[in-house]
Amino acid sequence: MDLVINGQRTRVSVDPERPLLFILRNELDYTGAKYGCGEGQCGACTVLIDGVAKRSCVTPAGSVAGKEITTIEGLADGDRLHPIQQAFIECDAMQCGYCTPGMILSSVALLRKNPNASESQIREGMQGNVCRCGTYNRILEAIEKARHTMLSEGQENHRA
Amino acid sequence: MPSRREFLHSLGGGLLLLWSATDLLEAQESGGNRRRGGGNALPDNVSAWLHIAPDGKITAFTGKVEVGQNIRTSLTQAVADELRVQPSSVQLVMGDTGLTPWDMGTFGSRTTPTMAPVMRKMAATAREQLIAAAAKSWQVDPKSVTVTDGRIHNGSATHSAGYGELATQIDWVHVVGDANCVTPAANWQVAGHNLAKVNAREIVTGRHKYASDHKLPGMLYGRVLRPPSFGARLTAASTYQSTSYQIDITGASAIPGVTVVSDGDFFGITAPDEQIAAKALAALKPKWEEKQQISEGELFGFIKKDDASTSARYTISYIAHVPLEPRAAVANWEGDKLTVWTGTQRPFGVRSELASAFKMPEEQIRIIMPDTGSAYGGKHSGECAIEAARLAKAAGKPVKLIWTREEEFTWAYLRPAGVIEINSALNTDGSLSSWQFHNYMSGPSGLPTPYEVADKHEQYHEVDSPLRQGSYRGLAATANHFARESHMDDLAAKAGMDPLAFRLRNLQNPRVKAVLAAATERFGWSKAQSTKTTGFGLACGLEKGGYVAGCAEVEIDPNRDIHVKRVVVAWECGAIVNPKHLENQVEGAIMMGIGGALFEAIHFSNGRILNPHLAQYRVPRFSDAPRIEVVLLDRKDIPSAGAGETPIVCIAPAIGNAIFAATGSRIRSMPMLPAFQA
Repeated sequence: MDLVINGQRTRVSVDPERPLLFILRNELDYTGAKYGCGEGQCGACTVLIDGVAKRSCVTPAGSVAGKEITTIEGLADGDRLHPIQQAFIECDAMQCGYCTPGMILSSVALLRKNPNASESQIREGMQGNVCRCGTYNRILEAIEKARHTMLSEGQENHRA
Repeated sequence: MPSRREFLHSLGGGLLLLWSATDLLEAQESGGNRRRGGGNALPDNVSAWLHIAPDGKITAFTGKVEVGQNIRTSLTQAVADELRVQPSSVQLVMGDTGLTPWDMGTFGSRTTPTMAPVMRKMAATAREQLIAAAAKSWQVDPKSVTVTDGRIHNGSATHSAGYGELATQIDWVHVVGDANCVTPAANWQVAGHNLAKVNAREIVTGRHKYASDHKLPGMLYGRVLRPPSFGARLTAASTYQSTSYQIDITGASAIPGVTVVSDGDFFGITAPDEQIAAKALAALKPKWEEKQQISEGELFGFIKKDDASTSARYTISYIAHVPLEPRAAVANWEGDKLTVWTGTQRPFGVRSELASAFKMPEEQIRIIMPDTGSAYGGKHSGECAIEAARLAKAAGKPVKLIWTREEEFTWAYLRPAGVIEINSALNTDGSLSSWQFHNYMSGPSGLPTPYEVADKHEQYHEVDSPLRQGSYRGLAATANHFARESHMDDLAAKAGMDPLAFRLRNLQNPRVKAVLAAATERFGWSKAQSTKTTGFGLACGLEKGGYVAGCAEVEIDPNRDIHVKRVVVAWECGAIVNPKHLENQVEGAIMMGIGGALFEAIHFSNGRILNPHLAQYRVPRFSDAPRIEVVLLDRKDIPSAGAGETPIVCIAPAIGNAIFAATGSRIRSMPMLPAFQA
């Protein structure tokens, strides 16, 4: 099957039932998506499928063949970080960082769908992502900060 | 495996010097004292800790590890501070037994009070040596030279030299660190200020490689056969000559690419990918012998029999650390040498465990600990590294083993459960007259009361835990503060006093009083009037050189669900190293504390964990995050203590006291929500 990852088409011959997470990590070296629970409960494995946040640990690879897959490795525009990536750094919105790629991609999808999301909508939308280090308030602050940046810059051209 | 010598060579520098540096380090490594515990002297020469390359690049070495507490950043600040350079010019090598000085492990909030001073001493000594070398070559008074950004200038600015040029003139192996050169906190330039996580960019771009991300050419994926319950054994099929086990491996062995690995009663799988490994594991047909074990409902009776004289009994459940990155290891054998990349708080300890397991010298083993996906006290042990090494040895290829979430919940260790009993008495003026405090099983940390009382007896009683238990953020200080501060609140009510006034009546410790004053002032304690649905509570304490007070506002909804709406914590741990990161640690402790306070609990029955999945074990999420305000008190006159643990201790009692203030219900079990809703 063909997987289109960060704009690049790659041919893989794998069991289509195998979860996307392990194809990305073990076959194609996109290790930004993390294993956290294997049952879609923690969000560490989040990637974007046609711009929508999906738990890659419970997504059969065959179901996303040919669709646009965006991983954390493909979010920045060359050296220019996505505003959400930048805001995570500025707000110190991480400790161990293991949940961070999933947090960033979930919030990218959330703001893409609703650029005017309120704080409570962001909280609700991010409920499926666990940060065991407990940096939730900083993540909320980072998303809010990036949301403003994106609105003021009219970041429609940002990838994903 | 690359040696420290080769690594230093790759950084650049005089080869003769580096050989002697390496030789010295190796002499220390193989010296009389085996590295199997405490008591190892740290090297006292600068070259073991610091390297300055001819191009001025600075590399510092520490056996401590980064697990999210941001010591990569704080130690970088310490080194940059002393060398008077930008933090970006300092690279830190951490937790690599092949490259860094020996270290006991990263636990007990010890990095800031013990490692930072060593790094500072070495960097400060290096700075003074470089200044002396420059002054000597220019024949000027060392006091007349200035240092900026890694360059030394003489007073009249006619000469200047970079650290890199000067460093090659110094025999660092024989330069001993001098603590007298260290900069006092009041004069810090880099530390004491905010600095973003030094490798944050790698993390937000997904480029940082955790142990579980590591990959080697030809690497296989492993799985390990686990018993259905604790203590279960494979049924033996003994013959006169040998012992074998009743397990049918033919189905698994028949799967292409699969090797079934066995070593005594250890059985595991290696396979070309994780899917085939899982399939092969499921195809093993073992016959188990299980044994009867106690269940959750019997736990507190098992720990302590009822004692009618006790005025208050508190119970603490087992909880799990749930590091988002489970235990992971990549093991690679090259001849008789072994390298393991693994997430652990004790790389040198894991090296010892491997040396014992494989009966080989520690010198042939290298543990590399990439900054890991959190630990919270839960990654002291090396079982995953040993398993990966066993599989790799049998397969003859590198093997990656990542524990599943279920394995992490079941086969790692837990925060101890426990029972705490308190007997107390008051004088008529509201002062404590008697304090008897007994902790059974959960642990002795944070046991001594900070309150003044002449007649007191405080004791920890060891009990053999029915489940595997171990270290956890703050250890038993959380349990002991929960019991003590809940009980103090009850005594305040008994005395008819405000909880704050009652505590102040019984406190002398100025640092506890200072955080209590700061927290209650920010919170607006004097105006906080609890109602039936909104409660306000406070708690305070100290542990590991940190002083904390917290106030909580909780809302109780019609379903008797508890929502923590606002938490104010005041924290003081001496001189502040990085205010923003300190705040972040305090906030993280508050969030983790909410989980243990309200809903986290391991359920078990007859040797089985009943909730070993994130769908069954509730951890704090976005909806649980209250408004958090952290008040930091900076004491530049007091050496910095660690902050990754102690802020957690005040959360459960502050919440419990707020529930009491609203409802009059005193919940004496952690987690509190199940008891409150019962």
